[in-house]
Amino acid sequence: MSDTDPRLRDIFEATAQAVIAHADELTELDAAIGDGDHGHNMKRGMQAVLGELDTLAAKPWDEALKAAGMQLVMKVGGASGPLYGTLFMTLGKSLDTPPTREGVAAALKAAIEAVMARGKATPGQKTMLDVLVPASEALAAGRSPAEVAEVAREACAATKDMLATKGRASFLGERSIGHIDPGARSSQILIETIAGKFGDVK
Amino acid sequence: MSNVGIVIVSHSPLVAEGTADMVRQMVGDEVPLAWCGGDPDGGLGTSVEAILAAIDKAWSEAGVALLVDLGGAETNSEMAVEMLPEERGGKVVVCNAPIVEGAVIAATEASGGASLQDVRRTAEELSAL
Repeated sequence: MSDTDPRLRDIFEATAQAVIAHADELTELDAAIGDGDHGHNMKRGMQAVLGELDTLAAKPWDEALKAAGMQLVMKVGGASGPLYGTLFMTLGKSLDTPPTREGVAAALKAAIEAVMARGKATPGQKTMLDVLVPASEALAAGRSPAEVAEVAREACAATKDMLATKGRASFLGERSIGHIDPGARSSQILIETIAGKFGDVK
Repeated sequence: MSNVGIVIVSHSPLVAEGTADMVRQMVGDEVPLAWCGGDPDGGLGTSVEAILAAIDKAWSEAGVALLVDLGGAETNSEMAVEMLPEERGGKVVVCNAPIVEGAVIAATEASGGASLQDVRRTAEELSAL
């Protein structure tokens, strides 16, 4: 074991707490166009991550991300479990330790590709990918943490006018338009919280 | 048991159990059968842990076919299959078929000693109708 990072605990804790704090909002967004369990499910998964915080903080980044991803896979109880679990686990698998900015950008790209494969989805279908992909591209382009967070915020808001063609919301057809996608919102919360730990985010 | 096993994965434990009842009515005990439904707190949803346990319960050396309902059941089932030990992973498939009709026809096919591939194909022919 090597390369534990004191920032790891803080970032995992803040991220989990941010999602938990927005659980009701996520559930309301999901109730409008889905099955109304996204906030509850993410909260359960993130509570499991918080429960493992001591163990996670003792690991290097790659191992901690894989372990957190496994918690989400096992505890979330909806499609978002395997999707966010795959995101975290692939980030862990792809990340160099200690992480570099370039390394994180490359790992995030690989992780998003794994999420696309897991969900059989592509950007433009009103999903979490519509936030993750532009945020990842902004990171790879060398934008500041605050700018990446702003890209994620705008991308999340833009899902409101999109037509859902993937997931439960696609059953609604045109009626899915006019609502922010709950997965896009939870992804934005993750990015905003993590970016805030690396820079001055509004 | 040498027949292919069947696992039913629904968001609702009531749907999963009811589907399993319909399968049993058709094939009795000739096919290893397990079901799961509900999230880890008992609400509507699916659980990778429960799916893994169900695959174990219905395990057959001939393989196991999973019948699932909506999106999350499919995603969680595919995740569970990938997490199986290597010697089992290649013998478990998620069928792209309606859950109730798929489970009954897959189990009926399995009860005659059909291969995993044939069980899956028979179930998936329903989706083409």
